Amino acid sequence: MNQLITLNRRELLKTTTGLVTGWVVAGSSLALIAPGRAWAVDLVALTSFDGAMLMSMARTIAPHDKLDDAAYALVIKVVDGDAAKDANTLKMIKEGVAILGTGFAAGSENARVEVLKKIESSAFFQTMRVKTLQVLYSSPIAYAYFEYEGEAFSKGGYLFRGFNDLRWLPEVPAEDSGPLPAGA
Amino acid sequence: MARVEFQDESAVVIIGSGAGGGTLAHELTRRGIKVVVLEAGKRQSTKTFSQVPGEAFLQLTWLDARTQSGDWGVAKSSPTLPVWHCKTVGGTTVHWTAATPRFEPWELRARSTYGNILGTSLIDWPISYQDLLTYYELAERRLGVTRRNGVPALPASNNFKVMYAGAKKLGYKQVHTGHMAINSRAQDGRGICIQQGFCVQGCKMGAKWSTLYTEIPRAEATGNLDLRIECMATQIEHGTSGLVNAVVYRDTQGREQRQKARIVCVAGNGIETPRLLLLSDSSKFPQGLANSAGQVGRNYCHQIIGFVWGIFDKPVYSWRGATLAGVVEDEVRNDPSRGFVGGYRMELCTLDLPTLPLVGLPYGWGREFASLVENYRNMAGMLINGEDMPRAQNRITLNRDVKDAFGLPVANVHVEEHPNDQAMRKHAQTQMSRVYEAVGAKRVALGPTPPATHNTCSARMSANPRDGVTNTWGQTHDIKNLFISDGSAMTTAGAANPTLTIVALALRQAEYISQEMKAQKI
Repeated sequence: MNQLITLNRRELLKTTTGLVTGWVVAGSSLALIAPGRAWAVDLVALTSFDGAMLMSMARTIAPHDKLDDAAYALVIKVVDGDAAKDANTLKMIKEGVAILGTGFAAGSENARVEVLKKIESSAFFQTMRVKTLQVLYSSPIAYAYFEYEGEAFSKGGYLFRGFNDLRWLPEVPAEDSGPLPAGA
Repeated sequence: MARVEFQDESAVVIIGSGAGGGTLAHELTRRGIKVVVLEAGKRQSTKTFSQVPGEAFLQLTWLDARTQSGDWGVAKSSPTLPVWHCKTVGGTTVHWTAATPRFEPWELRARSTYGNILGTSLIDWPISYQDLLTYYELAERRLGVTRRNGVPALPASNNFKVMYAGAKKLGYKQVHTGHMAINSRAQDGRGICIQQGFCVQGCKMGAKWSTLYTEIPRAEATGNLDLRIECMATQIEHGTSGLVNAVVYRDTQGREQRQKARIVCVAGNGIETPRLLLLSDSSKFPQGLANSAGQVGRNYCHQIIGFVWGIFDKPVYSWRGATLAGVVEDEVRNDPSRGFVGGYRMELCTLDLPTLPLVGLPYGWGREFASLVENYRNMAGMLINGEDMPRAQNRITLNRDVKDAFGLPVANVHVEEHPNDQAMRKHAQTQMSRVYEAVGAKRVALGPTPPATHNTCSARMSANPRDGVTNTWGQTHDIKNLFISDGSAMTTAGAANPTLTIVALALRQAEYISQEMKAQKI
């Protein structure tokens, strides 16, 4: 969660070119793990307008209605970081956003899908698709939302935490399974 | 640890420290033979393995550029990362999922069993099952394989319960938690499997066999191993006699070094092994080393691999538990009435959440795609692991348009799928879908071809020197002190995951090399 900084206007004004902000929705998966009520992702290469457009694009690529905007904002943070490091990437993103058109973010999902279908083979779309998938499903927000429990070594594995707790199908006979270690 | 001088001409130089190279290094050093291992990657440990999937991938994976061509699934699904193996001490045994089935006797007689299949370069292995069996048994003891030698099986996980119930409903008989090189009890100084589900990120319990914490430290303990990490072999040199005599490499600082050698064994995985032979061309060997028959890099196999996902209306939590501990073996048979020759296994499998959408799911985006991920908790998974056909045109070549960090041409991997491959994949996908539908799957998703992990046969052993690169010992037909010691030397891919066979062949090769050295033949 340290990628989601606490909102601090003075610090942000010093270094950033844009900002993506939001509020933690009460009862959401983010609320379980978020440190505060407001979150912000500062942008260093892209503008707030670019950020909003790309947020909308990421949500169209991987729509999960109840997944917090904060999870998508992390995607934009990474794209912004890539754009800051490489002028060609920045150019590609800027041109891509321009192609999306000013009405893109405000349009219906169907309208956004139609726009994206037309540019599906472009480097801009493919980059955004891969970045969205890479970053969106890697965050603690996504882990909580999809109920993914992640690494287990630090908790003693899943041996004592449900690796075989499925009860809606018959148990596997002993000859085709193996013995549980003592205590499991 | 031994320090072998650069000018020392008495050592065996092994390139790579994975299943083949690591095992061979241990076997030679414990027989009193001095060995230098050149490993391109860094050294991790059970303590340093990252448990963040993306980080672990970057920590362990061979990410140097490769290109690909042809019509295989990877051309679409993963054009810039056509193969997925490791660059680290222990090689791909650090990220493997530890399934250790044997080849079937008839699989070794591939050409005789399957007949003349048009458009393939099938041949029989130059080794009999009886001969290999001795070494399979040794390898299974070494790796502590479950369901062999009295080692208990691994317990059934949630993901396996789904696969098992479905397979039994379809009438499959050979369904169990697999022959696995994963400790079902503490043995070999290694821990017990605590069902972390993070096999691919490096097993922090050391429950999964890896040369990183078995063969390599044991080889070091003999005092005969000089392991050089972050050392990338770039050329094998030879003398006027045509025998190889040195390996040129870049060290940790990128400086060029030259290690003299009595014998060179190449074990750099199915892509880098032929690449190094091709990079080592000379006026005497203009086509590269051991390539007088033009077979180096050809007949590349990677097996038919693909995910099948079943989505249920109840939770599965497939990520809990040993990733690959489950198998259906009934389709491992040669029955051309199915529309193809050779066989396949259905193997239990799943992926962590960050990796699933990138590697496991069919290409897509939008509602349809996202709804698959939305069902991650209720998803069960399996993997096809089947035999692909060797073809002369499926090959590793040097791509002179793309260079690595040292300015050397990278490997290009070219694959044109054979109709047999396509027919087998279709059959497997149909049967595996039926497995899930038999227990109430509300939806089945067929994954793409993931980056190839079982890279084999690209410097294959053959009875006739015209058909391959090495003899039955992995000794190259052309150069008697040059050996292939990894999956590249396999003759065909079979339906078995390759590691057990690679280890068995390395154990057998080590005996041969030490005998031949003693007899002063090499």
